[in-house]
Amino acid sequence: MFHEILSEDSSSARAPKSIPVTLSTRIRLARNLSEFPFPGRAETAQRRAVLTKCLDAMHDIKELDSSLAVEVDDLSELERQILVEKHLISRELSEVEEASGIILSKDRNCCIMINEEDHLRIQVLLPGLDFKKVWKRVDQLDSHIETEIPYAYDGELGFLTACPTNLGTGMRASAMMHLPGLVMSKNMDKVVNAVNQLGFAVRGLFGEGSDASGSIFQISNQQTLGESEGAIIERLDKTLQNLVKQEEFARQKLLQDDGHRLIDKIGRAVGVLKTCHLIQSAEAMDLLSLIRLAADFSMMPDSYRTLADRMFIEVQPGHVQLSAGKPVEPRDRDHLRASLLRQKFSKAPMIKADCLS
Amino acid sequence: MKCHHCDKQATVHLTQILNGQMHKMDLCESCAQAKGVTNPENLSIGSLMENVAGSDEDGASPMTCESCGTTHSEFKKGGRLGCEACYHVFRPILEPLLEGMHAGIKHLGKIPAGSKSRVQFEQSLGELKSQLQDAIERENYEEAARIRDQLKDLDGKLESKV
Repeated sequence: MFHEILSEDSSSARAPKSIPVTLSTRIRLARNLSEFPFPGRAETAQRRAVLTKCLDAMHDIKELDSSLAVEVDDLSELERQILVEKHLISRELSEVEEASGIILSKDRNCCIMINEEDHLRIQVLLPGLDFKKVWKRVDQLDSHIETEIPYAYDGELGFLTACPTNLGTGMRASAMMHLPGLVMSKNMDKVVNAVNQLGFAVRGLFGEGSDASGSIFQISNQQTLGESEGAIIERLDKTLQNLVKQEEFARQKLLQDDGHRLIDKIGRAVGVLKTCHLIQSAEAMDLLSLIRLAADFSMMPDSYRTLADRMFIEVQPGHVQLSAGKPVEPRDRDHLRASLLRQKFSKAPMIKADCLS
Repeated sequence: MKCHHCDKQATVHLTQILNGQMHKMDLCESCAQAKGVTNPENLSIGSLMENVAGSDEDGASPMTCESCGTTHSEFKKGGRLGCEACYHVFRPILEPLLEGMHAGIKHLGKIPAGSKSRVQFEQSLGELKSQLQDAIERENYEEAARIRDQLKDLDGKLESKV
């Protein structure tokens, strides 16, 4: 049953319309069951008891109607990798040996990890920048789960988590931002510093440092205690709205100061994607980033922004191997990745550069 | 001024602003070197505090959670607690750590519906509402206005929490 999701072509009707700069908004809540040791300290039997208790409880929750549930041990290594690349589960969960589980809502927007670092990691991910909507959904889901399962909670310290960095709200709110303007104008270091000062962290698409491929960055709150969820979200949202403005400004400036160079880069990206025969994922990410930027500038149709977003995921090593139906050596992956991109971009139009007259 | 770690004269004075709150620490030359303060890029006062809390306990390390068996040195090494009870056992060393890593040390967020504090919160809301009704009936508008303001405050809190 879970295999459908893995092989599911994201080009289906569900594929959401994408918008400039912000790819997606996510909130995850860390929760633990009262009276059980946290997963890192629990015996296998205790972990299994938690897993069973959680899976049973989820049956009665209406938001999770027709959701899919699976135990991590039942998935192959490649299947786990695919789920990580789709941002549905964390790398940590994919490496857990025993008694952990995943519950995925019918619309694939809610995902609950069981027995990761905490007993429950409840997350909601939606396209675009909309913290209110995401919070409403995750808050409701959390409240419903809580009526079935008593949480570990302290009046002073809030929700108790395995790591004190998640204590209190247990909330990590984040947005995935596409910031090629700030990267190309070499302003990203300044942005990272400023954002850090406000208590927010900046990471790459897959959690790596600030040297992100595809100019995609994940920005999230670091502090979880001493502020309400609403206050954290409001501060983060304001910061991100401001960041969107900075990015737009950087893009306009690049176009004004050195427009021909920028358009040349975009044009070459289209050329390479149409004709490449071997391509590594990092290079593919950077070219796709330029395609997304071109769509934002209306130099290419909007559908290419959506295509770029899909391809950001599908050029990842796990997805390339999935399309081959078997594990593949890196060099052969580069070949498979290139054929996928050639096919998807075969009809890509010449870019419209009227903005530079 | 003495060093935060030993009794020597402090010559390195660190200030870090986290979330608008200023955290200060004074260190002597050799402790500053040992803690890597010479490389300010990788520095966080939280991690320095952690070392301070640790050094107090070194040698004896008496803290162990009876409920799950997590020891102080395990917590120091892995940074993870083992169960709910650990939060009581390790509270004294946790507090300075939490001050360094968070905006405050008191939870201001969501309260689970079944928890005691939520019940108390809703009770006081109910009490105030009936007091307001009383005041209006007695035509004591000054008091009514005061209660109305209190209610507004509580409602605001509830909204930001729920």
